[in-house]
Amino acid sequence: MSDEHYLELCDNPVQFENASSVNNVFFDEANKQVFAVRSGGATGVVVKGPDDKNSVAFRMDDKGEVKCIKFSIGNKILAVQRTSKAVMFCQMNLQCVVLEVSCLCFVFRSLQTKNASVLGFCWTNWNEIVFITDQGIEFYQVFPDKRSVKLLKSQSINVNWYQYCPETAVILLSTTVQGNVLQPFAFRSGTMSKMSKFEIELPVVPKPAKLSLSERDIAMATIYGQLYVMYLKHHSRTANSPSAEVVLYHLPREGACKKSHVLKLNTTGKFALNIVDNLVVVHHQSSQTSLIFDIRLREPDCAVNTHQPVLPARSIHPYRIPLSDSSSWSVFQPDIIISASEGYLWYLQVKLPPTVNLLQDKGKLMDFLLRRRDCKMVILSVCSQILEGGEKGSLPVVATVFDKLNQVYKEYLEAEQTYTLAMESGPSRGSAAQKRPVRTQAVIDQSDMYTHVLSAFTERKGVSHKFIIAVLMEYIRSLNQFQITVQHYLYELVIKTLVQHNLFYMLHQFLQYHVLSDSKPLVRATPQPRLSTANDEIVEVLLSKQQVLGALRFIRSVGGHDNVSARKFLDAAQQTGDQMLFYTVFRFFQQRNQRLRGNPAFNPGEHCEEHVVHFKQLFGEQALMKPATV
Amino acid sequence: MLMISPRMATGMQEKQYTPSLLSFFIYNPSFGPREGEEEKKILFYHPCDVEKNEKIRNVGLCEAIVQFTRTFCPTKPAKSLHTQKNRQFFFEPEDNFWIVMVVRNPMIEKPNKDGKPPTIEYQEEEILDTVYGAVLRQCYSMYKLFNGTFGRAMEAGGVELLTQKLEKFFYRYLQTLHLQSCDLLDVFGGISFFPLDKMTYLKIQSFVNRVEESLSLVKYTAFLYNDQLIWSGLEQDDMRILYKYLTTSLFPRHSEPELAGRDSPLRPEVAGNLLHYGRFLTGPANLKDPEAKFRFPKIFVNKEDSYEELHLIVYKAMSAAACFMISASVELTREFCEQLDSLVGPQLTLLASDICEQFNINRRISGPDKEPQFKFIYFNHMNLAEKSTIHMRKTASVSLTSVHPDLMKILGDINCDFARVDEDEEIIVKAMTDYWVVGKKSDQRELYVILNQKNANLIEVNEEVKRLCATQFNNIFFLD
Repeated sequence: MSDEHYLELCDNPVQFENASSVNNVFFDEANKQVFAVRSGGATGVVVKGPDDKNSVAFRMDDKGEVKCIKFSIGNKILAVQRTSKAVMFCQMNLQCVVLEVSCLCFVFRSLQTKNASVLGFCWTNWNEIVFITDQGIEFYQVFPDKRSVKLLKSQSINVNWYQYCPETAVILLSTTVQGNVLQPFAFRSGTMSKMSKFEIELPVVPKPAKLSLSERDIAMATIYGQLYVMYLKHHSRTANSPSAEVVLYHLPREGACKKSHVLKLNTTGKFALNIVDNLVVVHHQSSQTSLIFDIRLREPDCAVNTHQPVLPARSIHPYRIPLSDSSSWSVFQPDIIISASEGYLWYLQVKLPPTVNLLQDKGKLMDFLLRRRDCKMVILSVCSQILEGGEKGSLPVVATVFDKLNQVYKEYLEAEQTYTLAMESGPSRGSAAQKRPVRTQAVIDQSDMYTHVLSAFTERKGVSHKFIIAVLMEYIRSLNQFQITVQHYLYELVIKTLVQHNLFYMLHQFLQYHVLSDSKPLVRATPQPRLSTANDEIVEVLLSKQQVLGALRFIRSVGGHDNVSARKFLDAAQQTGDQMLFYTVFRFFQQRNQRLRGNPAFNPGEHCEEHVVHFKQLFGEQALMKPATV
Repeated sequence: MLMISPRMATGMQEKQYTPSLLSFFIYNPSFGPREGEEEKKILFYHPCDVEKNEKIRNVGLCEAIVQFTRTFCPTKPAKSLHTQKNRQFFFEPEDNFWIVMVVRNPMIEKPNKDGKPPTIEYQEEEILDTVYGAVLRQCYSMYKLFNGTFGRAMEAGGVELLTQKLEKFFYRYLQTLHLQSCDLLDVFGGISFFPLDKMTYLKIQSFVNRVEESLSLVKYTAFLYNDQLIWSGLEQDDMRILYKYLTTSLFPRHSEPELAGRDSPLRPEVAGNLLHYGRFLTGPANLKDPEAKFRFPKIFVNKEDSYEELHLIVYKAMSAAACFMISASVELTREFCEQLDSLVGPQLTLLASDICEQFNINRRISGPDKEPQFKFIYFNHMNLAEKSTIHMRKTASVSLTSVHPDLMKILGDINCDFARVDEDEEIIVKAMTDYWVVGKKSDQRELYVILNQKNANLIEVNEEVKRLCATQFNNIFFLD
């Protein structure tokens, strides 16, 4: 209960001079830069980006109030809009920290339609810019050296407002009187392509028709690599919708836009949207809490593609500086929150550890965690936690969790294999399509499980060996189910646990069904060697773990103690430094010799001379077994 | 294909008698050491209608033989006594407690002409000590499984209780001994394992672990399919005898209702339970019955130096059977049985159909079952795994073999030879007609093959067996 805030603001916010009567603050979503323009630029413009490299300061002449100011990609060209009719371009030389930019400027007002007013502009490249006016969209190339611009393409259309998604370089225009017909355009190095338009279903159709879709209720973002238009559909008393919801429209590069997901907010009021780690975050203003939605998480009790919040609503983790009023925050896509009055820009982050206790259904929790970016340690800690509890009925949960982990693990292994095969068959054919698969944190392999979860679990006191074996077998079962080759150290864990509890018969049965024996290709010959080889392997494992008595007990239980090499066991016993152990093992083999050959001495072929010497040193000549006198 | 004995075929009037049980008794010499008290030594005697003095005489004779042979080897007194008409087997399972079984030798009755009484020819060399010695030991093991040791009964209620228990147990058990069909498999006392792919095996593991976790009363679980073992949580020796009980007594008794149609009156009441096919083979036949008793047979298993008494719950769904063993100190209630039924029933039903499906897939892959040119028995001393293509089916009454008894005898003889030495060896025997019998012993394993190849020579037979080993036994438990 100590900490349930699963959302937090980043530790290192971008700080800038807070907005005031003399200082105007602008934010550019494309470069994620904050512009603090003092007195129209005359006393300085300070640009702060996500890191220090993107921070610039310069001065420019005060030629009136700045309406919009943005750098092109890479800070090459600065565009400043002061009136609704004209935009000024300046080429920047970023060698100096403070610049006088006025001399390099030229003003561009040659717009297509004379009486159109500029709603805004977006840089799509270092020298390509799109102007959105109330009468259309114009795509230009800027040549600062020649102080000229070149029209690449334009399109006439009545525009109410627009949205820009810099990640995908898609501009969305609101058209028609009601504003609910949206026309997207995509930009890519000199080309502008019109995508298919679509209509947002309004909760109520106003009569007479008037602008009903506000730009505040629409946001664009990429979620799981796909572009979505998010529509914040407010509740309306007339329509049959008791609470607000977020409707997601999937906007593919090709093809028609489709309504794909509905996120149920179960409340009403003012909302704002962010996307963090592929989660849709919905901030609710009046309660000061936020909800998160994962569109990949299937809801069993909901209709297709209708989603409930993953977790109960919680506020964002309080920031270390007391903030006056978070309701004045501005929210930008995908994950930016700006307080202009305080002079901070934060990135919103998801904190995974608190989610573990908020989401009781472990299967769902795993589904959720596996899709998050920094999930590895949290997932491993969840695994340890469910094994620790040891409460009744936890095995099915353990099984579900293992299956989910191995599903992801298997997909990665397959992708890796396909890639390797493609590389081997020659990079010439369609190599562009082949990218090396990225190993995300969600890929939890056997060594992760072994190191962080299983080895500690099997060592823990007070856990019944039954449960330990059940868990290990469940993991091996899951790996097998996904046809993943089981690593030998997992078998070693099983063997060690079985031997520690003298469960040799269980061990035999596992060997018999080859559950434990695929780690090394064993000789397949008639009719017995498979088991013998596996036995040898077990002895090796036990000896290497200094379980000399366990190994002896095991080999005796399989009836192989007459044929094993005494030297191997004596070596291992001597290495432990435990004199009594050495004595016991030595005696064991002397008795064996007595039984087999009627003489306790070792044969020269057994190469145990040094052990005999060692034994004499420790316990004296008399301690040696004498041949029985007839 | 059941071979007809050549001897049966000839001489229509000749009558052949198979070995049969003459008497079976248990005594303890220390119970009546003084003269006149000899009767006290006898704890059990079959047949019971034998006259008292004869009982005392027979027991006394056995005692004397054992004592006498002790003088030659104090640690290993006589195990059997061969006579013309019968053979006696002695076994001392616990200190001073002796079990003796007297088997009449097989014999042939040849009618004589002229109305003379028929001549009886005893075939005293036809039966094997190893086979009947093993049968005798099995008798004791079975008693011990359900009653604990003799010593335990003595502690609990003295001679009186012990004789009661012996009477109650052996009266029924001896009727189920079919000495004529005992053979090499009784010597091995092995367990037939169900061949299964790793994945299905792991699923079964998972099932067992889950049941044991949610029904924490369950201490041990064993899992069988088609009367073959897949998993045992019991130790090997206990499982061996429990397996014997399940496959030769409990399962055959319950197979008839299953074979019967759904609506047959033989079929136990399963109405109202269409979700799964699970049912109890021990304990209540019908959970819905308000009169149902929740009593289960109790078994005794080894635990370090002592014994553990357990309830034996056998629960079956289709061909899959699960044995759950629960400490006898716990009283089992209707609620527990209902919980078990609702938890295990659906899962076991599903698992049974999974196994069946997987088994069929594997069988298809390994090719159609064509009648092989050979028959074999395989046994592994290490895990007690046995496999026989000679035995058709084990039932409560007889185990049907598909080869001539003479060949079975040869197998038994080879086995005796193997038992004498520790080394690996191979024995090839040319039997009558066209049969070759090959025995191979290697490490802990024994393999016996019967080949029927006309005009084959030793080299060819050897080659054939090599080929057979390579194809059949590289993966004896594993079909995929």
